[in-house]
This record gives sequence, structure tokens and C-alpha cells, in this order.
Amino acid sequence: MSYTRPTFRHPEQQKNSKGYHRRDYEGAISTLCAGCGHDSISNAIVQACFEMAIEPHRVAKLSGIGCSSKTPAYFLGKSHGFNSVHGRMPSIATGANMANRELLYIGVSGDGDTASIGMGQFAHALRRNLNMNYICMNNGCYGLTKGQDSATADKGSAGKKGKPNPFESIDLCEIAIQLGASFVARSFSGDKLQLVPLIKAAISHNGLAFLDVISPCVTFNNTDRSTKSYQYVREHSEATGTFDFIPLQREILTRYEEGATQTVVMHDGSTLLLEKLEKEFDVTDQRRSVDKLEEAKERGRLLTGVIYVNPNSSDTHDIIGTTSRPLNSLDREDLCPGNEALQKINNSLR
Amino acid sequence: MEPIERINDFVIRFANVNGSGSASANNLFARALFRMGIPVTPKNIFPSNIQGLPTWYEVRVNDRGYLGRRGGTDMMVATNGQTLVQDYNELLPGGYFLYDSTRPLFDECDRDDIIEIGIPLTQLCNDAFTNPKLRQLLKNIIYVGALAHLLDLEFTVLTDSIGQQFAKKPKLAEPNIQALEIGREYARKHFPDTCRLSVARRENLLKDSILVDGNSATALGALYSGATVAGWYPITPSTSVIESFERFSNSYRIDENGQKKVAIIQAEDELAALGMAIGASWNGARAFTATSGPGISLMAEFLGLAYFAEVPVVVVDVQRTGPSTGMPTRTQQSDLIAAAYASHGDTKNILLIPSDPAECFELTADAFDLAERLQTPVLVMTDLDLGMNDHVSRPFSWDDRREYDRGKVLDAKELEEFELNRQRWGRYLDVDGDGICYRTIPGTHPTRGAYFTRGSSHDEYAAYSEDSGAYQRAMERLNRKWQTAKPMLPEPRIKIRRPTGQPGNRVGAIFFGTTAHSAYEAIDRLEAEDIVIDSMRLRSFPYPQSAVDFIDQHDLVFVIEQNRDAQMRTLLMTECGFQPEKLVSILNFDGKPITANFITERLKAELTARSSMDRTPHLATGGTV
Repeated sequence: MSYTRPTFRHPEQQKNSKGYHRRDYEGAISTLCAGCGHDSISNAIVQACFEMAIEPHRVAKLSGIGCSSKTPAYFLGKSHGFNSVHGRMPSIATGANMANRELLYIGVSGDGDTASIGMGQFAHALRRNLNMNYICMNNGCYGLTKGQDSATADKGSAGKKGKPNPFESIDLCEIAIQLGASFVARSFSGDKLQLVPLIKAAISHNGLAFLDVISPCVTFNNTDRSTKSYQYVREHSEATGTFDFIPLQREILTRYEEGATQTVVMHDGSTLLLEKLEKEFDVTDQRRSVDKLEEAKERGRLLTGVIYVNPNSSDTHDIIGTTSRPLNSLDREDLCPGNEALQKINNSLR
Repeated sequence: MEPIERINDFVIRFANVNGSGSASANNLFARALFRMGIPVTPKNIFPSNIQGLPTWYEVRVNDRGYLGRRGGTDMMVATNGQTLVQDYNELLPGGYFLYDSTRPLFDECDRDDIIEIGIPLTQLCNDAFTNPKLRQLLKNIIYVGALAHLLDLEFTVLTDSIGQQFAKKPKLAEPNIQALEIGREYARKHFPDTCRLSVARRENLLKDSILVDGNSATALGALYSGATVAGWYPITPSTSVIESFERFSNSYRIDENGQKKVAIIQAEDELAALGMAIGASWNGARAFTATSGPGISLMAEFLGLAYFAEVPVVVVDVQRTGPSTGMPTRTQQSDLIAAAYASHGDTKNILLIPSDPAECFELTADAFDLAERLQTPVLVMTDLDLGMNDHVSRPFSWDDRREYDRGKVLDAKELEEFELNRQRWGRYLDVDGDGICYRTIPGTHPTRGAYFTRGSSHDEYAAYSEDSGAYQRAMERLNRKWQTAKPMLPEPRIKIRRPTGQPGNRVGAIFFGTTAHSAYEAIDRLEAEDIVIDSMRLRSFPYPQSAVDFIDQHDLVFVIEQNRDAQMRTLLMTECGFQPEKLVSILNFDGKPITANFITERLKAELTARSSMDRTPHLATGGTV
């Protein structure tokens, strides 16, 4: 880890449309191991938010416990953050989102935090389609407690301890699709070109956008027998396609060969332009998406990219019918029925 | 044995089968008494079951307004074969046993010190009605009709209630009224002067009182104090807190577009329920959850987070009989220690303890102000008896000038002024010296006031820190905040009965929550025998100074509670350093509301034992010997 941040900035650093520099989206210096995949993801979040010109104070970043859950300290230093308890980030995010539907909620979790202790809360945030970005920094092991297998470690994969994992692994993307996530993608911390536009698309999405980002643990799970090492992921990943994320009101410049592209218009009017490896693959088909993941696995490949999108999804607020004004902005006038109404209630109890 | 003869002073118990429709008949009976102006307390003693198991409904009528459980039954309405013999044997000598005489009584039922009133409920019902579903329900209404005659209950009050109940379905009112008449006529014909228990209308006893369950009152408190987010998980006996909150919200929290000014989320478990409330509170909404003992166990982790990260949140704990699953549909006051010290590490939580519905309303509303003022969890400790049973209560009232106390929250302008006038803002900087710091809500200011909330150790600026000094400063400040809280909490209700200057030892009694009703009655009874006991009804944890003073001013203090381990006594000893010998426990933990008979006997026995042991006769006699 570094102890000081260089003060040198590129003299021609650009501002985004809201007048923020990229450095306005940075956080404190990371205390993770040098080379940790998580730091690349933090950087991708910074880059995506900068490019999307998100106002930092309109973001709330939330996490559970673990290496991954430390990262919200390392990006968006001008945003409020909440490092909660192990596996409980989704409930904190749910409450926060209910209180103010206007902020952008970025939840960061890990594979232990999500697939083991937090499986219940993960599942139910998906079911409710909470409007948030849920980023799982997935390294297949428990880093802070020195390298135990997690529930996403592949069967037979071995980390630094050397003993192959004897249990079946959990595929978080498949579960997410089946439980109602309306945007599901998988990426690799080492593939910034894919990860940044994916995060941008997730930000534009209305509903729960789940990103499973394979993020190698350089200290405990980067061995030649691990399926979550840099080398393994590089050699075995296979993208659903290359794609561009085009924010609202930006001209679509990318041209792809006809028939192989799919355009998905996101909730906020932005466009997801996908050049697919397979012509017949439809990212809005929930059932096909799960099949695609399974098919890739059978071939020993790791499918990355956008796996499923429902561009017309309804988030929790839409589903339960809350008012369009943020609940935390309502005052006594809005909320208290007053003594006259109370006297009527008294009368009904006599 | 002389039949019991009393007006407006008796206990009647209905023994029913759960799920047989008896609840609405029994409610009809109790509310009719209330509408005749008579103080009445109905209590459900019910099983954890939907259909088939025994359930009882005990109604106490008392002109003097003693509405805790008394103990003993003067009249039994026995409609459940499963418990018939038990019910028969439990009746007090001289009592009345009303039963369904369609079938003869069991041979075991052969007391000659009670009065049997056989009414062929099933047969009368089957003769009059053909619809099988209606038959089951109306059988219960027939015994209410019979009671109308036996107890001189005003018949029009019953028929008016039925008219009201079925205002939208008048066709259903008709057979109900017919059933009432059938019961009344049968009783009038066969038992014209048998029953010497009776009720009589009272004009000035109830005044403007209401009859309501504590959970509805709690929900109203949350509604009035501006709660907008509720995360919850169904658990008896707290479920109806949130269900009532939702019902009231559907009436009072709909905006001009028909959208809700509230978000109520049924969570996946109690952990998530509290997590949602904490997330919402952190983000500037007033939020709460309601649960019972097993939920408190699950919420312990999050309570510790809210305590240490200083996030306001309100938790309603409607206590039931523990430990573990315990008796889910029975009452107890046994979560005190678990709630007060919930979570690992040095954690302390604020408890508010109401004892009737009006106080459920008031203290729940106050809980939101206190939680935000003190930036910490506040638990409202009710119990099944208070939450799920109807109680006669002072009416609810709300001061329309009352502002919500949102505590030390800085908006954008205040944040700028803070940094201009003072110093760099820090989330955990104790500027005022009261242990309470200034917080900001996400989204407040483009460049200032963002911070990182965490359950890990942090310094004054919310930065992660493993520095012992920073950690200890935070823990000591939290203690300072705890001291700041004490004078803000509701004062105990103290009744000094013994004239000052009177010689002899001073005896006091402490109780809280639903125990109060029976305790006051017991103390009144003893006073009539010249045994004078001062009393203090606690309403909070930690304790305001006046509570400590009360104990200091008495030589012997009884602590009356509904749990096995004397939890309030433990808290008093732990927090205030009282000697164990000074605090004498009186404990009931059978899962049923504590009775005045029990408290009276125990107080007497304890005082007598002491006076014979140490020869200080004034203890037992209030100094008159």
C-alpha cells in the first residue's frame, strides 16, 4: 500500500459537465494489498461517476464487512458512506433508499459478505428490485481472515492454503437473475474497458443492478490452481459481446455489423449498444441468460459482460407506491394528522 | 355456600375453542359494559394456534377502576369440552358456571358450592339457524344474550353495537340480534333470579376514556411523530403494531396523487428489519421497527452498530414469555436486560416503559424525539398484555404546536456557519460537551459534511482508527451522552402515602409497565389494613435522579416484576449500586398478567416474615403497633 498520495496532477485535467475533476471522485488512500483487484474496481467506479458527471454528494455508498467493504473509503470521498455489519449492507441500503429515493446508492460487498452471511439480505434486495448498484468484489476467498475458501470458490479450486475447495460454488449472477435482479453483469477487475461502461449502465438502470466482478486476491488466491487468479480469469473469460454505453443526449457513433447488435434503451434514456458474439443472444431474455451462463460453464469459460437487462423494470418505490417526494424531506405538516383527527380516532374507540 | 352477590365488581371468564368465532362475541360483551360506563378489562389468554386449542377471555369489571387482573373467577362461561373440568374446578366457591347443557356435564363435575347454569347453546342454535358456518358463530352470541339477562346488561347497548358492527351488512345484523334474543329468553325463562352478579350503568366513572389495545396506540404514536419508514418482520405479539401503522397510514398518509407518504417493508428477518430502520434513520427519515424477544436477540448486532455509530432508531419490543420461543402468546417483562445491554462490547440502550395505551402513544412519540436528540437506539418496552389486549385508557391527545425534535442535524447553511465560526466539522466532535455531536444527512452539501459511518473504531472526524486514545475518547463520550440522557427521560410516577415524620421504617414498592395496575390495587388493599407502602412506577432506563432518591429514602423496597430473574432489580443494583438486601423481589412469571391477589399475598408474607425475624413490627403494620 502507499502511504501518501502524489500531489502532482495533470495540468490539462478535464472537468466533466458538472464542473468536477476526476480527483473530486477519489477517496482516501487504499489500505488493501498492492495489486488487489478491488482497487481497480474502486478506480473504475471513480472513472464511471466522473464520466457520468454524477454529483458526489448525491451518492451514498454502502458496504458490509471484509476487504471489499473497506473500499467505499477509497472512492468518492465527498459522498456519505456507511460501512455497516457483515452481510447486512442490503438492509441498510433498503432503508436509506426508502428515506430518499433521489440519491444514487452504490453498495459494495464481497463474496463472503454476499454469498454466505449476507445471502438472505442479498436475495431479498433482489426480489424487491431496490434501486441501487450492487457491486460484488468476488475473489473466492476470505482475505481479512487470511484466505479461507468462500462460497463462490469453484469446486476444486485451491488458494494459497493449497487444499482444493470440496464444495459446490454459488453462481451469484444466476441467482440474481432468478431472484428478480433487473440488471445483471459480470466483469473482471483487470478489464477496465469493460468494467467502466458496465458501471455506467448500472448507474442508469432503474432497479437493482448487480455486478459480479471477479477481483483476484493477490495474497491468498492468486495461485496457479485457483480459478479466481489473474491468469485464470484472463485466459478463460469470454464476453457476451463488446459494447458501448451511450449516455442520454450523446450521439451514437459506434457502428457495428448489422444483425449482431442489440440496442437497449435504459430507464434514463441512455443507450446500451451491444455487439454480440452470438447473434441470437437476447440480453432481455431472462431464461436464455441463465442458459448462457450454464453453457459457458460447461465449456469451461467464464461469461462476462451484460448478461441480463430488463430496461422497463419497476423499483421498490414503484412497487409499493410511495410518494415521488423523498420521505426524508417531508415535515410535520406533511406527516402529522393533528389533534382534531386524533379526537375522531378517540371517538371511534368509545 | 352463599352465591356471590356483587354489582359491578366481578371476574367472568369465557372458556372457548380457538378459531370458533368466540372473539367477536366476547368483544361485544366487554365493549357493551364499557358503553354502559363501567370500568372493564378484557384479557385474552390464548394459545399459539389458529384453530382448535383452548383459549380464555377474562373480563374484570370494577367500579373502583382496578383494572389489573384480580385473580379468581366468579363466573365461568364454559363452551370448551377440552377444559371443562379444569374450568369447573377453578371457579370460586359461590360462583356461577354457565355451560352448554345440550350434553350433560361430565361426572367429574360435582361441586355443591357453585351454581350451575345450563343453557343448551348448541341445540338452541341448531333449532334456529340452518347455515353451518353461521351456527358456529351465533352459538357464541346466544351466551352473550343469556348473560344480558343474568347480569342485567342493557340489551339495547348490545343491539346497537351489533347494528354498528354490521352497518354495511345489515342482513348479518338480523341473525345476530335474533341469537341475542334467543339466549336472553332462555335464561329469563329458566334462570329468572339465579344470578346475583349484576352490572349497573355508571355516568361519571369513565368520563372521556377510550377502550383500545396498546399496539394500536403505539402505532398512532409513530404516525403522529412522523415516522416514515418501518422495516418489520411478523412476530407475535408485535405484529399488530405495524399492521395498525399501515392501517392508519392508509387513512392519513396519502398524498394528492394517491401515493403513500410512508414506506413499510416486510423484511426477510428481524436483522434486516432493524437494518432498514437504521439505514432510513441515517438518511434523515424517522424510522422504526416492532418486534418481540426473539427479534431482540436477532437485532442485537445492529443495536450495537446504532449505539456505536450513533444512528437514531426506535425499536418497539412487545415482550412475550421467553426464553427462546417460550410461550409466544403469553405475556412477560423479561427482555429488560437483553434490551438494555443488547449487543457485545460495552453497549447501553435507552428503554421507555409505558403502562397503558395513552402512554404507549405518548412514549412512542417521545421515543423518536429522544432517539434523534441523543442519536442512539431507543426501545419502547411494552408487553403482550398491554399490546394485544384492550384497556380502558385516558384519551389520546396531541399538542398541535409540538415540533419534532430532530436533534443536532446540520443543514447546508448551518454546516457552512459551523465551519466559519468554529472549526472543521467532525461527525464525532463533542462541541457542546454533552456527548452529543452534530450529524449531517447524505446529500446535504456539495462539498462539506460527508463522512463515513462505521461500526469500527473511529476518531472525531469519523476516520477509521485503531488508536487507543481515540477509541477511549469515543467510549467515554458515549458515557457522557448517557449521563446527558438521564434528565431527558420520563420521570417515574411516585406516590408517597406515608406522612413525613411518621416513625418507623419506610417501605416502598417499585414496578413498571402492566404490573402497575395490579400493584396499585394491592397497595391500596394493604393501606386499608394500615400497611402503608409508597410506590414508584418506573418509566425508563436509565433512571432519572428522582428514582434513585426514592430508593434512598426508603429502608426496604419491593421490586415487583413479571419475570423469573428480577431483571429490573438487577439493573437497579448494577446501575445505581444499591445493596441486594434492600431490594426485595416479588416475581410472577407464569405467562399470565400478574394479579392483585398475588401481589397482596406476597407483600404481606414478606413483611410478616421480616417483622417476626428482626422484631421490627412497624414493617408489617406500617408502624401502628
